[in-house]
Amino acid sequence: MSTVRTPRRTPASSATALVLLVATRKGAWLWHGDARRKAWRVDGPHFLGHVVSQLALDPRDGRTLLAAVKTGHLGPTIFRSTDFGRRWKEASKPPAFANAPGLPARAVDHSFWLTPGHPGQPGSWYAGTSPQGLFRSDDGGDTWQPIASVNDSATFRPWMGTQQDGTPDGPKLHSVIVDPRDPAHLLFGMSGGGVHESFDGGGSWHTLIQGLEVVEGFDASDVSFHDPHCIRQCPSNPDRYYQQNHCGIYRLDRSVDPATDRWVRIGRKMPKRVGDSGFPMVVHPHDADCAWVFPMDSQTVWPRTAIAGKPAAYVTRNAGRSWQRLDDGLPAEQAWWTVKRQAMTSDTRPTPALYLGTTSGELWIGHDEGARWKPLARHLPEIYAVDVAERA
Amino acid sequence: MKVLVPGALHHYTKRSPVQAEGATLGELFDDLERQFPGLAFRVVDERQQLRPNMRVFVSGRGVRDLAHPLRPDDEVALVLALSGG
Repeated sequence: MSTVRTPRRTPASSATALVLLVATRKGAWLWHGDARRKAWRVDGPHFLGHVVSQLALDPRDGRTLLAAVKTGHLGPTIFRSTDFGRRWKEASKPPAFANAPGLPARAVDHSFWLTPGHPGQPGSWYAGTSPQGLFRSDDGGDTWQPIASVNDSATFRPWMGTQQDGTPDGPKLHSVIVDPRDPAHLLFGMSGGGVHESFDGGGSWHTLIQGLEVVEGFDASDVSFHDPHCIRQCPSNPDRYYQQNHCGIYRLDRSVDPATDRWVRIGRKMPKRVGDSGFPMVVHPHDADCAWVFPMDSQTVWPRTAIAGKPAAYVTRNAGRSWQRLDDGLPAEQAWWTVKRQAMTSDTRPTPALYLGTTSGELWIGHDEGARWKPLARHLPEIYAVDVAERA
Repeated sequence: MKVLVPGALHHYTKRSPVQAEGATLGELFDDLERQFPGLAFRVVDERQQLRPNMRVFVSGRGVRDLAHPLRPDDEVALVLALSGG
């Protein structure tokens, strides 16, 4: 696949309107915000009663929305809208596994992760599923093709585990990243099964797990023991990645040789009483030294709640050498929610705001890069994903 | 034959019951898919198995095998499984 020139990425102007795309266990909502992030108008629910894993906007046309949807009874599908949610049309061929000769047959339970393709490939999308699989669409999400080099690979399949392994509602292929400089350069994580990268558009893959730790007592050279939770590439320096892993927070600075690339555990600099477990990872849109996490309690039986019932984001502004707590406005005590891996993000303003959705159905905005938190909504269903769309 | 369709699938059929044909349950789903594109995959997965929380009754008898033969006078009911509790 040839390299396609990347359009220059510029900060959204302060006149850009914002739309928060909120996916929950019981439907989806859109929060339309004004340019100052002061006034918000809610639109929803869409797909009431449906499990919506993610709602994503195509930044290439600014109007096409994709929603990864299933219900408690019905199988998984993708809905598309080209008028920002006024009308939805179902994909004519949603992600479904092909028959893989010699391997146990699998069925997609739900599409979990949606990533728009490269800016130079309009209409292309990637989807990550549970059980773990990777799919591509080249027609704006109407039809989806399984990527055999992952889904039907006898090498990948043992790393993927089974429904009984790890993740409570099924292992997930997530964090599908398309390099803005090269559409053939792809990366993804598997909630059970490590980090993988391709330089030929998914024709072949290699693992990127050097430096990542695993649960004590297990073999870190075994890919199947690696549990990345969320991986992000820095828009301002695409050679830098941050990762929130089951076993810590990491940074990766790419060299010319992937074989020598090594993740560095920057979570060691987090306060000891907080630790470095969590789900989401957010990177600054303009400063590759700046990133945010939202720690959770991973002691003993893994409560997966805010630590001590006192939720807080943490920010690093020096690429992980130190961290600062950001809890102004968040509950001071007795708040036992947490934030899932897709449910925290930022906009791209010169001084970005953060946004997060909680497992207890609260939607928060963190003004001034998370310095001041304010609630936008309460009493929603459990929030699975929050994305920000910016419209001129 | 008559096919009763649960409310969760009226997005596709707009009504219940509907008429569909097939010598087997699998063929019946093929016909439903022809008439109501997208319906079959919500009920039958890519392994050609009924999804876990879907039930099918053929003239009152629970069936999960898509090779199950059908008679023209059968009545088929697609049902959302009750979880209880």
